[in-house]
Amino acid sequence: MAKYLILIYGDDRQWAAMPPEEVRRLDEAHRAFRARAASAGTAVLDGQELESASIATTLRADADGRLAVTDGPFLETKEAVGGYYLIEAADLDEVIALAEGLYEVSAGHSGVEIRPVVDHG
Amino acid sequence: MTDEVAAAVARAHRREWARVFAATARLTRDLDLAEECAQDAYAQALQAWPRTGVPERPGAWLTTAARNRALDVLRRESVLRRKLPLLVSREPAPGPDDRLDDDRLRLVFTCCHPSLSRDAQVALTLRLVCGLSTPEVARAFLVSEATMAARITRAKKKIAAARIPYRAPSPEHLAERVDAVLEVVHLIFTTGHTAPTGAHLVRRDLVDSALGLARMLHLLMRRESEVSALLALLLLVDARRETRVSPDGRLLLLSEQDRSRWDAGQIAEGAALVTEALRDRRPSRYAVEAAIAAVHAQAPSWQETDWAEIVGLYDVLLALWPSPVVALNRAVALAQRDGPAAGLDALTPLLAEPALATYGYLSAARADLLRRLHRWAEATDAYQEALALTDNDVERAFLIGRLREVRAHLPS
Repeated sequence: MAKYLILIYGDDRQWAAMPPEEVRRLDEAHRAFRARAASAGTAVLDGQELESASIATTLRADADGRLAVTDGPFLETKEAVGGYYLIEAADLDEVIALAEGLYEVSAGHSGVEIRPVVDHG
Repeated sequence: MTDEVAAAVARAHRREWARVFAATARLTRDLDLAEECAQDAYAQALQAWPRTGVPERPGAWLTTAARNRALDVLRRESVLRRKLPLLVSREPAPGPDDRLDDDRLRLVFTCCHPSLSRDAQVALTLRLVCGLSTPEVARAFLVSEATMAARITRAKKKIAAARIPYRAPSPEHLAERVDAVLEVVHLIFTTGHTAPTGAHLVRRDLVDSALGLARMLHLLMRRESEVSALLALLLLVDARRETRVSPDGRLLLLSEQDRSRWDAGQIAEGAALVTEALRDRRPSRYAVEAAIAAVHAQAPSWQETDWAEIVGLYDVLLALWPSPVVALNRAVALAQRDGPAAGLDALTPLLAEPALATYGYLSAARADLLRRLHRWAEATDAYQEALALTDNDVERAFLIGRLREVRAHLPS
């Protein structure tokens, strides 16, 4: 078994502007994700929706070690991480089969990135 | 005797590498170690076979040797290896995909996993399934050995770290996964069939690798009609290999080729496979392309080709696989059926197609139609354009010949 982080990327403004019907389908897909995980025996260790990237705070220190606190995300891109799942699965195919049903995969402006977690065990 | 053995080992490398390597990889769960052990087995064969004679089933002999070697290494290094990420090879659940239970298929589907880039899929397939060396794969795709070695290493690392499973896909993903495998095989074939650059038109090693892969897949997945279709297409197109270049190295068009030297055995085999593939309710792109190749292969001459049939098949293909390149080929066939003016009319809208902006065959086809319409000045321009778009020496020589011919008609 191995851990994977599923990062859900998308355009904050388009997420914010989603009509209620679409929001309902998105929520439904997340419930279905957990149900499918349960029936496949895939452990969902964590999973959260994040506040908009515009709310983010970024920390960096300059060459002299002076801390700079800035308003906004680390990368100024149109699409940012809006949520994640941390799961435990046997292999990549199991993760793909689970994540491909997320509404964000097919919403056009958004997508899902799968990152294996390094096992230091 | 030594020559005979060397030839037998080389033959076993061509025919059995995938089987030997794939079975060893399932045991080692480590692609690098499996490669070492498989290569070691071939080296052992060179030593042993002169004494013992070539075994009746060389593949089985080599697989046993490679797996024994792997067991030795695994016993010796078990503590060390425990830290490495290993291939995930859950045994498939018994059920509908039992028929895909073959190590070679596990290997092919792993190498062509959709989470790997197309470049990586092609490189891994040639390296691990066909057993080409890294320098050979690098040469085929015109990159440096260092670049290709890095690409292969990165892809292997991804298979282990992301845990791309070493198995055939589940039934619900089978169709798309087979598509990816066939695209890789087709790409290897087309790269070999007309090398993008260089002194030779054909890269025989790549064509043979692609044919070998298609035959293996056909053997292992008889129920997938698009696999039969791809094998048919490759056989029918490759049947013309001996006649595509003249003895003095000039490119010969389909209309100029000596059809008596086409490979009749391959044509018969390909045509039978097409018939089988076309029985499918929804024929694949490859089935229709193979049907077109079969009409050409079975026509007694260029003039006596059934152009109406070919245009009809291109219409089917265009509906199935809307692509500007298919539209271009249809226009060329139309020119044969209805004359060069009709062909030019069909081809003109394609000039605005961004995907064809640097496609030399569009310029070459247009140049040919203009030549046949005696529109010499426009033909000259089109041939010059086509020349600027190919780096293959054989194709260049052909275009230069034609350019000279049309220029002779220009008022001086």
